[in-house]
Amino acid sequence: MRPFARRWNPRLVFGAIVAALLLGCTLFAAQLAPHDPMDQDLLNQLRPPVVMQGNDPQFALGTDELGRDLLARLIHGARPAVLVMLIGATLSGLLGMCLGLVAGYFGGWMDAAVSRTVEIFMSFPPMLIAIVLAAVIGPGLDTVIIAVVVIGWTRVCRVIRGEVLAMRELDFVASARTAGVSHLRIMFHELLPNLAPLLAVLFGLEMGRAIVTEAVLAFIGFSSSDVATWGAMIAGGRAYIYQAWWIMALPVAVIVLSVLGLNALGDGLRQATDPLLRR
Amino acid sequence: MSVLAIEGLRLAIGETPILRGVDLAVERNCVHGLVGESGAGKTMVGKAIVNALPEAARITAGAIRFDGRDLIAMTGRARRRLMGRAIAMILQNPMTALNPVIRIGDQMADILAYHLEVSRRGAAARAAAMLAAVHIRDPERVMRLYPHELSGGMCQRVVIALAFACEPRLIVADEPTTALDVTVQYRVLRLLKEMQARTQSAVLFITHDLGVVAKLCDEVSVMFAGRIVESAAVADLFAHPRHDYTAALLAATPRYDRPASTLTPIPDALRTRLLQEAERV
Repeated sequence: MRPFARRWNPRLVFGAIVAALLLGCTLFAAQLAPHDPMDQDLLNQLRPPVVMQGNDPQFALGTDELGRDLLARLIHGARPAVLVMLIGATLSGLLGMCLGLVAGYFGGWMDAAVSRTVEIFMSFPPMLIAIVLAAVIGPGLDTVIIAVVVIGWTRVCRVIRGEVLAMRELDFVASARTAGVSHLRIMFHELLPNLAPLLAVLFGLEMGRAIVTEAVLAFIGFSSSDVATWGAMIAGGRAYIYQAWWIMALPVAVIVLSVLGLNALGDGLRQATDPLLRR
Repeated sequence: MSVLAIEGLRLAIGETPILRGVDLAVERNCVHGLVGESGAGKTMVGKAIVNALPEAARITAGAIRFDGRDLIAMTGRARRRLMGRAIAMILQNPMTALNPVIRIGDQMADILAYHLEVSRRGAAARAAAMLAAVHIRDPERVMRLYPHELSGGMCQRVVIALAFACEPRLIVADEPTTALDVTVQYRVLRLLKEMQARTQSAVLFITHDLGVVAKLCDEVSVMFAGRIVESAAVADLFAHPRHDYTAALLAATPRYDRPASTLTPIPDALRTRLLQEAERV
């Protein structure tokens, strides 16, 4: 067996901690949050975080313009972000992976069909697609997830196709084929395990992108009408940037940290799972 | 009846003819060498048999009869059913012929479970027995390793074990020892011969090494410019080459018991003549 320390590289540890925090906040928001995220306290408007002057110790990260606890809102804001991240990244990853495998492995007209579709999707600015979709379908978490998938699958597909295109020329594919193994089995039994490290990285990137997409759509009011979303918090804090910059800075920091952590998680998983890096 | 009978096989890549009417018969329980210089088309013959031709290659005429049935006329599905069970292939480079990210034992069990329709556990036990049969010490340990943790010789033993797994009637071995160093080569060849004798399979052994042919093969066909110029029993071919090209090829083969100065390259006049002949057919 591999020594524990070698599997748990620093990036994986950092990523795992961020992911655990996000998941924890999603599942136990009500228990973790010190206040009700909707509770207004008009006597305690725009309180700064505890490290700054004029704070109120009962609001660890301060309050917004209506006196709502920012920490509670950040914790509750994780729920829509994590839902979009998990479902959106999984669906776009699966779709991109399958189409990329088929296009790269079979080539010919299948590759042409998939690749042209990818190019058409990629020729639109991704956020524009998201906004147009949201405007057409109407706001909601499902809209955001659809937008994430529509934007995300093309990137996964591109990368996987390229990798498969190079890999199908390798001897072990030829020897599987001459051993009578079916195309489907070669794709999912022989090629897929080789793509696992790459998929881990792509999945980490897609999760990060999903969180950003959710935040952007929430910022313009197209995400869920949940109690709190990070994007909506940024939008709300914009008006008070000169008096209370932390209202906007905190959700931005949380988003940046999440994206960094998820990317690191993908990269760390790759390092931990790639047998070629073993030893 | 021959296990494999190739009749007038013609193959082209684009407009360029690669095989110009290949006739070849491989008998049961016989190692048949296919020799020729680079570009003679010997690898294409192997690929045509196992249905691994490059996309641009087209078979324009001829038949590849396996047990009397023409492989070219078969449906893809029927042909795939033969592959691995009745016909197996051993590739040149053992280090790349195995999937790099799957443990040896899992790879073998995969193929075995797939072909023999045994349970995973039965397949694993069988894989261990097969590794023992190709003289790998400590099969249990090797099965837990990844291909890059094995040496080239070890990998080729695994590949050979897999090729013989279903006791196929025909094995196509395309330069299986070229990527190995000489001392390992000898042992792998001995193993190949031993396995062949045990299963009574027919082996088509593609190589450019006449020394290997002399050691291993029972019969041999010499290829040049997409045609078989001569087929004979090994002893006859080395003692009395009938075709000028065979004689020239033998004269161009280095031998440890003769000084290098006695080597003669294949005369250009002969090559030109043969190429013209080949183009006429």
